[in-house]
Amino acid sequence: MRTAAAPKFYETKKFKDRLKQMLVFIVLLAGSVLVISPLWWMISTSLKSPAEIAQYPPTFVPKEIHFSNYVKAWQTAPFTRWAMNTFFIAFCGMVGSVIVNSLVAYAFAKIRFKGRSFLFMVVLSTMLIPGFVTMVPQYILFSKLGWVNTYLPLIVPAFLGSAFFIFLLRQFMMTIPNELIEAAVLDGANHIQIWWHIMLPLTKPALIAVAIFSFNGAWNDLLGPLLYLNDESLYTLQIGLQTFKGTVQTQWHYLMAMSVMVLLPVVLLFFFFQKHFIEGSNIASGTKG
Amino acid sequence: MKSYETPIERRRAALANKQGMTSNRRISRKTRDNIIGYLFISPWIIGFLGLTLGPLLFSLFASFTDYNITSKMNFIGFDNFKRMFTIDDLFKTSLWNTLFYVIFSVPLTTAGAIFLSVLLNQKVKGMKFFRTLYYLPAILSGVAVYFLWMQLLSPSTGLVNTFLAWFGIEGPAWLFDPEWTKPALLLMKMWSVGGGMLLYLASLQGVSNSLYEAADLDGADVIQKFFHITLPMISPIIFFDVLTSTIGSFQIFQEAYVMTENGSGGPGNSLLFYNLHMWNNAFEVFDMGYASAMAWLLFIVVMILTIINMKIGKKWVYYEGGDNK
Repeated sequence: MRTAAAPKFYETKKFKDRLKQMLVFIVLLAGSVLVISPLWWMISTSLKSPAEIAQYPPTFVPKEIHFSNYVKAWQTAPFTRWAMNTFFIAFCGMVGSVIVNSLVAYAFAKIRFKGRSFLFMVVLSTMLIPGFVTMVPQYILFSKLGWVNTYLPLIVPAFLGSAFFIFLLRQFMMTIPNELIEAAVLDGANHIQIWWHIMLPLTKPALIAVAIFSFNGAWNDLLGPLLYLNDESLYTLQIGLQTFKGTVQTQWHYLMAMSVMVLLPVVLLFFFFQKHFIEGSNIASGTKG
Repeated sequence: MKSYETPIERRRAALANKQGMTSNRRISRKTRDNIIGYLFISPWIIGFLGLTLGPLLFSLFASFTDYNITSKMNFIGFDNFKRMFTIDDLFKTSLWNTLFYVIFSVPLTTAGAIFLSVLLNQKVKGMKFFRTLYYLPAILSGVAVYFLWMQLLSPSTGLVNTFLAWFGIEGPAWLFDPEWTKPALLLMKMWSVGGGMLLYLASLQGVSNSLYEAADLDGADVIQKFFHITLPMISPIIFFDVLTSTIGSFQIFQEAYVMTENGSGGPGNSLLFYNLHMWNNAFEVFDMGYASAMAWLLFIVVMILTIINMKIGKKWVYYEGGDNK
């Protein structure tokens, strides 16, 4: 029953909320089209014939679908080799990142040693140093060690800890109660055992986030391979793709086909481990401030 | 550690240890924690000394020499630094290009990410789908994405100019026009703004609803609530994001390297960014001394900006739970 003083339907809170939701929905929908269309364009271009790509006005859906673009492009350069190289580097780096950073983070979170808080400040401040500042001396160091044209400069640093991952894992470990560790110590466990049997299982979500971020980082890295790899047989996909462009020039159907192939593993990884991508970012942010 | 001669001695030591006593045979819990702590963080210490601190000091030293990887290091004083500001015209170009990029990309990406996160924090159908979709471009990076954008920005048949043509706008030549190359990179950057969005979203979800309800009772409108509640509550994340994205933007390199034919700098050197210029000096002509000087100048500039950021941050960043430090 409505009384005379009741607000008109368009003045009620419920209606206003509905209207707001509609507006937000429409804006988000329009935005999604903008976000997704470049990817659609990439796939569509990769399936077109060269003649159709050059056509004006351009078509959104290929008139004829040329899957053979993928096969031909893949065969033009040693992509199989490059893909295996990239996977190898990314996998080694991932293993190193997970093991080493969790060990370091465990010490910063749960072991009381002298100078701990000072050293943790040092860890944090290294995140503020631009990577390019240390690039030239690092190159000189690795070349004096004879590591140029090997995978060592791309893999070994992953085994020496990364400030961001240490920070992320340490924040996560801080949330695990000390009593658990003290109880384990009373049972005679040492820190390696505690790390392996208690910490690693309990920090699994954060470890998966580190694994994904590190794999992704290595997969997408151009700078490292560009600096350290000279032989084409050692190339990774990123630098291979860059070289491939020199070969096929402006044959965009081939370039887009290979770009799709290079991005595909990352996209699949994202859809399988979506939750962990998001969790990883949340751990990093939730603690700041 | 000491080895024990007899089983009895060993047992006695074990007992002393178990009771928490510090016998002179066994090291105390405290000392052991110190040793183990340092053992655990030793990979990081090696990495820090060998890959960060060592290189920093080496490049500081090299910046005062004419080192070119094969030569001896001849001390040449401040010549490298003088060269940047007098002889090397490309240095000034690269500095200007980089500042232009930083000045536009940091505010644009920050504002974009906040706007997006506020939208994605509403209760609307399909929100999980939207969040995933907007985040997707952030995980895509590297050469493939740069190739994609070179295709999208193609002046005649690219998607961007086709889209603009629908509205009767004749799109620019983007990567072929020195005036439009940097805006082209900014456009590409905006596509992946969803990465920053995620940080803000997590922070927004932590803002207590009671604050908004109280504001509703006081008759505050949407805009007032945004500026007086939302922004202050997420200001620590804004601070963190501005700090890291400023440092990140100063290091723009890969996109310029790939999109300008192996780092040539693009039309009219309009994409010759600081790091690209440094790269060319270090690894094209092996002028390591000069490149080190450039690296250190960048380091100093970024440090100064970081300190300014932190000083200003104290004024506007709000930390919940008092203790506004």
